[in-house]
Amino acid sequence: MRIGIVCPYSWDVPGGVQFHIRDLAEHLIGGGHEVSVLAPADDDTPLPPYVVSAGRAVPVPYNGSVARLNFGFLSAARVRRWLREGTFDVIHIHEPASPSLGLLACWAAQGPIVATFHTSNPRSRAMIAAYPILQPALEKISARIAVSEYARRTLVEHLGGDAVVIPNGVDVDFFAGAEPKAEWQGGTLGFIGRIDEPRKGLPVLMRALPRILEARPDTRLLVAGRGDEEEAVASLPAGMRGRVEFLGMVSDEDKARLLRSVDVYAAPNTGGESFGIILVEAMSAGAPVLASDLDAFAQVLDQGAAGDLFANEDAEALAAAAVRLLGDADRRAGLRERGSAHVRRFDWSTVGADILAVYETVTDGAASVAEDDRATGLRARWGLVRD
Amino acid sequence: MIETFIWIVAALCAIGLYLSWTAGRLDRLHARIDAARAALDAQLLRRASVAQELATSGMLDPAASIVLYQAAHAARQAEEDQREVAESELSQALRAVFGEPEQMEAVQEAPGGEEAAGELAAAVRRVPMARRFHNDAVRAARALRRHRKVRWFRLAGHAPFPMAFEMDDEPPVALAARPGG
Repeated sequence: MRIGIVCPYSWDVPGGVQFHIRDLAEHLIGGGHEVSVLAPADDDTPLPPYVVSAGRAVPVPYNGSVARLNFGFLSAARVRRWLREGTFDVIHIHEPASPSLGLLACWAAQGPIVATFHTSNPRSRAMIAAYPILQPALEKISARIAVSEYARRTLVEHLGGDAVVIPNGVDVDFFAGAEPKAEWQGGTLGFIGRIDEPRKGLPVLMRALPRILEARPDTRLLVAGRGDEEEAVASLPAGMRGRVEFLGMVSDEDKARLLRSVDVYAAPNTGGESFGIILVEAMSAGAPVLASDLDAFAQVLDQGAAGDLFANEDAEALAAAAVRLLGDADRRAGLRERGSAHVRRFDWSTVGADILAVYETVTDGAASVAEDDRATGLRARWGLVRD
Repeated sequence: MIETFIWIVAALCAIGLYLSWTAGRLDRLHARIDAARAALDAQLLRRASVAQELATSGMLDPAASIVLYQAAHAARQAEEDQREVAESELSQALRAVFGEPEQMEAVQEAPGGEEAAGELAAAVRRVPMARRFHNDAVRAARALRRHRKVRWFRLAGHAPFPMAFEMDDEPPVALAARPGG
């Protein structure tokens, strides 16, 4: 099958959606399909052979933060050329409702279109205002995929219609087979994520840490991620700062080894999560997970059966749960076992098969993807086109 | 005077273009529904065929075989207006027969059973998928067709008002080891 995938965010900036698309493309290529990914990228960034650059993304203030987006005449022309040259059987657009490549591709294409909705943002005013403009583009989508039941609910509320739920994929065996590192073992708590992004929840963990150290003084907190390290520990008493080790940005291999090594993986995120891929990775590596009770997290953790949940933003609850978990080896072994079994449904072998099933459902008997040429369509309807 | 006339002609042209574009949108939505319906029919037929094959394969006990065969046969033969009920009954029969994981394991152990079980698992997963895509297309078309401009100018022509396909498509637990879906 010839598959075109549209990535809305810059390929050179690491992010969940980008990684998901990279893994999906590689999984599909491994299965013998022809895949082309259209993504924003600087012209001088080295790209994998299956990625086509749609030009540089422009930083614009959007939805409360600065987003790097692609729009305008030149991007639209590149999208059209990619569609024309690709002659795809199906195109798979990610985040079609964000004002970037996804929406442009949706606007320019016709034929079997699959779309994945990753975020579950609360309804923004821009979305309400743009609804009549968005609707004609979005109603071309033949099949919608939401990454979690929570994302699906948001989608149904905001745009109407329905979607199937297919979770994000993880290469379970990569994490399960990683070698633990001795220096990261022994009473360790792990945290992976941007240090200076409050929604990732490190401040909550820092507030809980004194109480955890009181009960279990040997505990160490290992933090992997970008950000200002001194600012992060500023709220801790000076004597406790040594119990926090910063590892900086880690490679995929080191991330897997870190998750294999820690006694408990903590995910104190306070919001803005629609899936929680890191929890799946932690479970794949056999790390007992302790996470805030966000809707998306509760679902990934099977409502608490595959990992412990605590009340969101409640440092006391986090501390109590962490102390209980660190002191109970049986409970950790139980979580490890249930997590490893539960996580199989997120493996690429399962997720990839489901996504392919969606492709096959929409391409059954349909023509291939083409440019949506409105001008020709209009003339054809008025009988002005010569054969 | 002539200026007013030009403005009126320009406005009429703009309205005409807008209506034509809306008719094109509607046309595309109807085409999407047709494609989605064809895909749904194909998936339903596939599911009924696999079920019937399993029922006549001798891998199941006679009582389960009869229940499953009867439901699969009824689903394949159902008239259009009885289709939703018949397909829902097939879902119920599949849930009743393959409710326990042991039954599924027994089928998988039989010669050729692994393949049949895989086909059935794929079929019961794809039916809800195809049905959601179909009903999503129907909803989009209905939303547009209820709009004033479409009703007043009869842009939908003689196309029948699209109907959602409502059925019970809950897969058997033993075959659906997936969240949501």
